[in-house]
Amino acid sequence: MIRLENLVKDYGTVRAVDHVNFEIRDGEILGFLGPNGAGKSTTLKMITCYLSPTDGNIYVDEDNVIENSLEIRKKIGYLPEQNPLYAEMLVYDYLKFVADIRQVKNFKARLKEILDLCGLHGVVQKPIQTLSKGYKQRVGIAQAIIHDPEILILDEPTSGLDPNQIVEIRELIKKLGKEKTLIISSHILQEVQAVCDRIVIIHEGKIVADGSSDELKADMNKRMTVKLTLNATPEEVDTMISFLGNITLKDMKQNHELTDVVLEFDSIIDRRPDIFNYVKKNDWIMYEMHRDDVSLEAVFRKLTIEGGK
Amino acid sequence: MMNYTRLLCKKETDSYFGSPAAYIFLIVFLIFSGWFFASPLFLANTSDMRSIFDMIPLLFMFFVPVITMGLLAKERSNGTIELLSTFPLTDEQIVMGKFWAALKLIVIGLLFTLIHFITIAFLGTNIDFGSIICGYLGLVLVGAVYASIGMFSSSLSNNQIVSFIISFAIIFVLYMLQYSLFFIPAALAGFFQYISIGYHFSSIARGVIDTRNIIYFLGLCIIFLRLAITVLESRKWK
Repeated sequence: MIRLENLVKDYGTVRAVDHVNFEIRDGEILGFLGPNGAGKSTTLKMITCYLSPTDGNIYVDEDNVIENSLEIRKKIGYLPEQNPLYAEMLVYDYLKFVADIRQVKNFKARLKEILDLCGLHGVVQKPIQTLSKGYKQRVGIAQAIIHDPEILILDEPTSGLDPNQIVEIRELIKKLGKEKTLIISSHILQEVQAVCDRIVIIHEGKIVADGSSDELKADMNKRMTVKLTLNATPEEVDTMISFLGNITLKDMKQNHELTDVVLEFDSIIDRRPDIFNYVKKNDWIMYEMHRDDVSLEAVFRKLTIEGGK
Repeated sequence: MMNYTRLLCKKETDSYFGSPAAYIFLIVFLIFSGWFFASPLFLANTSDMRSIFDMIPLLFMFFVPVITMGLLAKERSNGTIELLSTFPLTDEQIVMGKFWAALKLIVIGLLFTLIHFITIAFLGTNIDFGSIICGYLGLVLVGAVYASIGMFSSSLSNNQIVSFIISFAIIFVLYMLQYSLFFIPAALAGFFQYISIGYHFSSIARGVIDTRNIIYFLGLCIIFLRLAITVLESRKWK
């Protein structure tokens, strides 16, 4: 179990992480989501004991990062952002070096397991710098799991990969997630949605959402968004909205003789029949009406671009 | 605990010898030291190694910063320092492992100069073995001090050139102090002489091992290595 308590990190006068609290249960796969610069990497760097918190603390089981950093580091496997590697080393030498530092017993057997898991058999004797980005990423992951850590932290594991490589790495992550506590940071939603049990969204150093992807969507569905295309003028549409009441106009665009309208209202009462009846009464033609389904994408955009609520 | 330091030392040594760097260093160092050994040998017509012992600290002034400049700076620019620091290693083990690797390479370089010693042993007469052994001890100590200064400079920057310049500058000042004594008020001259590397080295190379000289060299090593460790640890300052 990992517990972040009132975690704060300042870089000079800039507050990168602002009173973050959350818990990660054993075996959970947590997606740590946020736009670039939101404080994801900084938080992960503090969990992995690379940086120290300005205030607050992090507990891994009973140890905390300030006093028992070495104990915690033994339990964690970490793939930093940008996947730093010793470019001139052979894959084998590199993994051997990490395994020695991680005090892996029976290196030969473990190496074979890791190579199978990460699909690295063909490249063991090659210098890391000659590998493709996808293979480098696998070497980075192999390095992180070589000592079979309880906790695996991957900071943007698929950034910079091509679509095929992304799929491969995601498959690998899914396999790993079956037996470990896993934290993956990302700014890509589909990725987190595809692999994670739970999503924490961070924005400007603060946690703005925490829950499963369904929970987050349900939260957003309190208001319904409806898109319409009518042959009425914008003025007429304005009149309709004020006539019906309790409907917010989100967007309106005139498109030749048609008008595209985006409306929003509380989803407790479905206002679509009212809208339809009004249109019928005025003898307008409705070219289109559909409900905008809330995607996680929308949740993310709402929370991070529009600045929270 | 020592084990981790040894692992890091081995990794650095492998990386020196896995690239042309170490070989180029050794070859160029041997060419230079051979030149400084051979050219005055017959002129002076004495069977000692004084000329080369006087030159090597100057050669090291260039060579050692080259060996050490990348040790931490490269880890920083590649980001691999983040890996090392999140392994269960202390910053002290990281610095010491790399320091021993650099010192190992320096000692290997010195071992190659034993060929000059063999030449003297065969050709010369009245050889003062004591002073030669002391000279080598002094050179190892000088190498260690330079390497610790190099470690400190390498910890300061993620640019290898910058770290080279910083370590060269520190070594240059420490070495040259004894030649600047004319310009220093008499009251301070003793102090400046005492903190200069050249002064302590020449007294060891003369064949006298004084604990004060040894303490001076080891003390400098400890100070600069401690500084390097502190710089690494500074990322954890709040």
